[in-house]
Amino acid sequence: MDARQLLLGTFYTLVFPGFLFTATVGLFLTWVDRKVTAIVQSRKGPPWYQPYADIGKLLAKRMLIPHGSKAFGFLIAPLLAVTGATLSAVIVLLAVLNPESGFLGDLIVLIYLSALPSIALVIGGAASRSPFGAIGAGREMNMILSYEAGFLLSMITVMIKTQSILFSDIIAYQNTNGAMVFSLSGLIAFVVAMFAMQAKLGFLPFDIAEAESELIGGPLAEYSGSGLALFRLSRAMTFVSIPAWLALMFLGGIEQTPLSLLGFLLKFLAILTVCILVKITHARLKLDQALRLFWGKIMIASLAAIILALIGL
Amino acid sequence: MTNRILNWCFKKSIWVYHVNTGSCNGCDIEILDVLSPYYDVERFGIRLVHTPRHADALLVAGPVTRQVRERVLRLYDAVPDPKLVIGVGSCTSGGGIWHDSYATCGGLGNVLPVNIYIPGCPPRPEAILYGVAQALGIVPKQVEAQAYIEE
Repeated sequence: MDARQLLLGTFYTLVFPGFLFTATVGLFLTWVDRKVTAIVQSRKGPPWYQPYADIGKLLAKRMLIPHGSKAFGFLIAPLLAVTGATLSAVIVLLAVLNPESGFLGDLIVLIYLSALPSIALVIGGAASRSPFGAIGAGREMNMILSYEAGFLLSMITVMIKTQSILFSDIIAYQNTNGAMVFSLSGLIAFVVAMFAMQAKLGFLPFDIAEAESELIGGPLAEYSGSGLALFRLSRAMTFVSIPAWLALMFLGGIEQTPLSLLGFLLKFLAILTVCILVKITHARLKLDQALRLFWGKIMIASLAAIILALIGL
Repeated sequence: MTNRILNWCFKKSIWVYHVNTGSCNGCDIEILDVLSPYYDVERFGIRLVHTPRHADALLVAGPVTRQVRERVLRLYDAVPDPKLVIGVGSCTSGGGIWHDSYATCGGLGNVLPVNIYIPGCPPRPEAILYGVAQALGIVPKQVEAQAYIEE
């Protein structure tokens, strides 16, 4: 690896498809989410700069470390969350813009990296010594174990159909054979992945770990200042990377033309809209209901998708 | 420059934590009114948060009873700097009808440094909004603090 590549890699990670770009777009999408919620509730809603002002204010505030907390875990957790969100955004968006830049197994790496923000929440909540944090961390752990299983199985369905663990191959497969959702197994896997995405983003009806009205933010309850800002940034960044990832995996291939990229943007926005509409029209599930849903119906559906993929449907 | 940006951010995004220090619930109901969709304070970036760690402003109602005094002080320490304290109602302003009771501290000013008082029993939601805006410097103050110096 020479100096130029290193520089390019740094630029990718910190500026263009990475931290700066994804954070800006993600915060904007957070505003869209809040505005749509306000319109549905017949309010006016916040101005467009609201999420940026929130983050700026949080960064300016002092960060308190509660007495008796495990300071190392408490401080490392927000950094882990942002790192995971940044790297997964880099991999997804580079696969969109330049599929040839992928490396062998980038899909597998992405699956692990995208779980990092949730795991950071567990670490932060458990280290904070707050009972709310501890309960939130336990719930988040339960949720990770349930939704990641369905999510993985839906990804494996795609891997079986394309016989590859490379994004470029998956895009090429969809370019020649049509979008993944047009096959039966692909459709089922897509629906499963949409459920899992809602849980991964921590949106209603699956915001069980944070549950503002009963757990006052769960793992985030003890975070203040920059720690909270980093968690919110990582949440905003996953709001870009995960819908983009699903659009890439299931909703058809992309060529390197402006029209095709515009089409990708529309698919991305469609997934986002469904996500927001589900969020504002559903109430929170209880933990046992969510676990029953993920380990029951969704698990059966995703296993069915794998079997269908194996017999070639 | 950075300072100016951060100041602007603070003015545009203020998260309040609602504290009851022994109030009769009149002020609490008015505070909840402010946060309802009718007044829609999210327009101004004001949000009700559920933990003092996330808060920028404490919206305190009640005359601060002796029992709750220690808790209010701990709550104040739990809010990260910079922070505002806003007293809502006649009781926080000067004890209200409990100003000389043995059971209260006779107003929030005897316990915490208060940034702004919003008098009224209870104050109207518009008055609370106006008070918060004054505390943030969004709206100019009507009366300046004055001190009499003997010549």
